[in-house]
Amino acid sequence: METIFTPIQSLGGGVLIGFAAVLLMAVMGRIMGATGVLAGLIQPSGWSDWSWRAALVAGMVSGPVALFAMTGQMPAVQVPVSTLALVIGGLIVGLGVTYGGGCTSGHGVCGMARLSGRSIVATLTFMATTAATVFVVRHVIGG
Amino acid sequence: MRLLSTYIIGLIFGIGISISGMANPAKVLNFFDIAGTWDPSLAFVMGGALIVTFIGYRMVFNRDAPLLEQKFQLPTRRDIDPALIGGSAFFGVGWGMTGFCPGGALPALGTGRSEVLIFVAALIVGILIAKTLQNLSALRSESA
Repeated sequence: METIFTPIQSLGGGVLIGFAAVLLMAVMGRIMGATGVLAGLIQPSGWSDWSWRAALVAGMVSGPVALFAMTGQMPAVQVPVSTLALVIGGLIVGLGVTYGGGCTSGHGVCGMARLSGRSIVATLTFMATTAATVFVVRHVIGG
Repeated sequence: MRLLSTYIIGLIFGIGISISGMANPAKVLNFFDIAGTWDPSLAFVMGGALIVTFIGYRMVFNRDAPLLEQKFQLPTRRDIDPALIGGSAFFGVGWGMTGFCPGGALPALGTGRSEVLIFVAALIVGILIAKTLQNLSALRSESA
């Protein structure tokens, strides 16, 4: 499935993602990592810790709706994989980010911006295995 | 105040993810498919986010504490251990299978699409399984 190259929108979206990461650190002193935020949400350790995570995720989920209100269009979500792949892939992502201690937002943006050695190693590792997986799925198995 | 601020920060993140294309698995997978239908857009997402965070964090860390909390909570570990590499490698396999990462999928829930719900439900089960396994092995090493 082809997608259109969108350098301006993607750069603008990236700037907003970075802006949100900086604000969360400035206000709450926390890393903007989806993995950590979600883990603390599903295994709460008290109301004060749970409530800010819930508010943050509620804000995230409102993002597409706000965009719809502004532009009249929901962001595109094209899923070119099967339901079985979503279930197995989702389980694998959950296991991987928990052992790896973060994902694209936590390691890839916040950790890399702090020049954390662990985050740089994690990001290089998952970028490589993601590319390898896409290659195998599309060109070895699918090709 | 605290909850309103974090809601707005989440909203900025969610709008950013939505505009950037990170909520769209087809676009994410195409970024990694250099040998096929390559779409380099996501390099601009990463670039934009990294530059802003790199500069912004430096300004924030000039302060002694965050605005609404006592202190900054930053990861302190420095060791490169097998769990970091193995977990990250495993995450990449799941990301490559689906095109969803946690930060892309959470805002994508707002579109109400069933595929996103299925992925996030599996993601949560995966996190809970991993936490349970981690607790078990911590117990075992304590009793050994």
